[in-house]
Amino acid sequence: MTDISLVVELTVLVLAIFLGFEVIAKVPTMLHTPLMSGTNFIHGIVVVGAIIVLGFADDGFTKAVGVVAMVLASANVVGGWFVTDRMLEMFKRRPEGRE
Amino acid sequence: MISDPDVVGLLYLVAIVCFIFALRFLSSPKHARKGNWVGGAGMVIAIATTLALDGIGNWALIIAGGVIGSVIGIIGARTVKMTAMPQMVALFNGVGGGAAALVALAEFHVAGGDLGGEEIVSTVLSALIGSVSFAGSMVAFAKLQEWLSGRPIVFTGQNVFNVGILLGAVALGVALVAGVDEQWVLIALIALALLFGVLFVLPIGGADMPVVISLLNAFTGLAASATGFVLDSLMLIVAGMLVGASGMLLTLLMARAMNRSIANVLFGAFGQVQTGAGGTRVDDGRTVRATSPEDVAVQLSFARKVVVVPGYGLAVAQAQHDVRQLAELLEEKGVDVAYAIHPVAGRMPGHMNVLLAEANVPYDQLKEMDEINPDFPQTDVALVIGANDVVNPAARSDPASPIYGMPILDVDKAASVIVMKRSMAPGFAGIDNELFLEPQTTMLFGNAKDSIVKLIAAVKAS
Repeated sequence: MTDISLVVELTVLVLAIFLGFEVIAKVPTMLHTPLMSGTNFIHGIVVVGAIIVLGFADDGFTKAVGVVAMVLASANVVGGWFVTDRMLEMFKRRPEGRE
Repeated sequence: MISDPDVVGLLYLVAIVCFIFALRFLSSPKHARKGNWVGGAGMVIAIATTLALDGIGNWALIIAGGVIGSVIGIIGARTVKMTAMPQMVALFNGVGGGAAALVALAEFHVAGGDLGGEEIVSTVLSALIGSVSFAGSMVAFAKLQEWLSGRPIVFTGQNVFNVGILLGAVALGVALVAGVDEQWVLIALIALALLFGVLFVLPIGGADMPVVISLLNAFTGLAASATGFVLDSLMLIVAGMLVGASGMLLTLLMARAMNRSIANVLFGAFGQVQTGAGGTRVDDGRTVRATSPEDVAVQLSFARKVVVVPGYGLAVAQAQHDVRQLAELLEEKGVDVAYAIHPVAGRMPGHMNVLLAEANVPYDQLKEMDEINPDFPQTDVALVIGANDVVNPAARSDPASPIYGMPILDVDKAASVIVMKRSMAPGFAGIDNELFLEPQTTMLFGNAKDSIVKLIAAVKAS
């Protein structure tokens, strides 16, 4: 991987905190459950870490740990996405003409 | 194969932008689903880019792990009942935390003591937070699934013991940062963190689960972000921190909706069966009045405005669809029907909205607490179904009550209140409810589903 200076990383981290608060504050209470499962899906991004660890592993210990991490992270990503989609599909407006 | 780090970085940037849009689209149920697809696209880009990195090998293992995980994920996501959503979110959350901790452990092993100051600090944080999140989520899952008692599990000296465990884990972390390069130290740290995760969620009662789940969600986000520092990946740092910030904000909102500090939620062991809670209750001779479906049907049919207040009891009885039918029937008779949703109704933030959406209740009929409370004085009938603590007027009037100060739905201001309940048992907070004794309140006892089915028949007949 590339070398990025700690200060740059911390800068990005702090900006992400503010961005996170901004974006989430706009989500209505009604959608808080899909929000949680949606953010759940997003932290599944750790799968990228699992791929890197496993992809570059060359001893048994790392491979074993990497495979378990891979299983857990993919369950997180795939399950998180599908369950969010299932919920959001259900939110419907009142049909036209029934106001 | 991609070898140019700039190309990798740019593709990762695209993925981040997708994630931000996914969250941005959640501001309205109209675009929310589209947003999730955009987020999914971002994830595909991120994973594809990573797989295409120069030098990635062990394909068989990557594919095997990915397929097993995906199958588990799809089966879980497809089969879970909407009432069990909190458990599911806890479970997916926990596995994410576990993955972050394992990635940290593997990185530590590979580096063999060659980690710089920044890397070792983030490795320790990732392992620590990830393990707490994993173990805590599993206990939350077991509690919500009722494999463990939903009531707080407590023993004397618990908080002191827990803090001791946590300090032990932190001490090991400090040793690692100070230059102890033994792998067993990191493994011991993970073991202590797992133990802490278990002990920390055990004493938290079922009513406080919404807070705990969003806090654990934040933890996994933080762990993923720390992994980003270990791997020098800005994408992981940002994506993880977005989740961390979101989880923190939701945790604060939930705690505020219950008027409790986060510390009180986490360490208060709230919801133990309390004897004589709510101060000394004066037995003033008032008794609850029971009513019949026929009487309620008449009241509802001739009302101008009815507000349905659903609680978790409604979901347990699987009566959402019947409630929607009843509401439609009343609307055909010209009654104005709305649903009042308390922020902590259900077992996780926004849970009740999902359950009603599943029953095809249009989302424009779902009203948040602040929106509906001014309407109660003009409401003819408030129909409370399986809700208890969130309509307890003691929260406004009785400083001795454990829920004093919690914002509630002001159903007692409606002209008449009908409470549908299985029995007089107290709610999750383990306290009595004055509302049931008010003169305008009548009780319709029985299973919510049976009662509503009878109500529908009675309304049709009237």
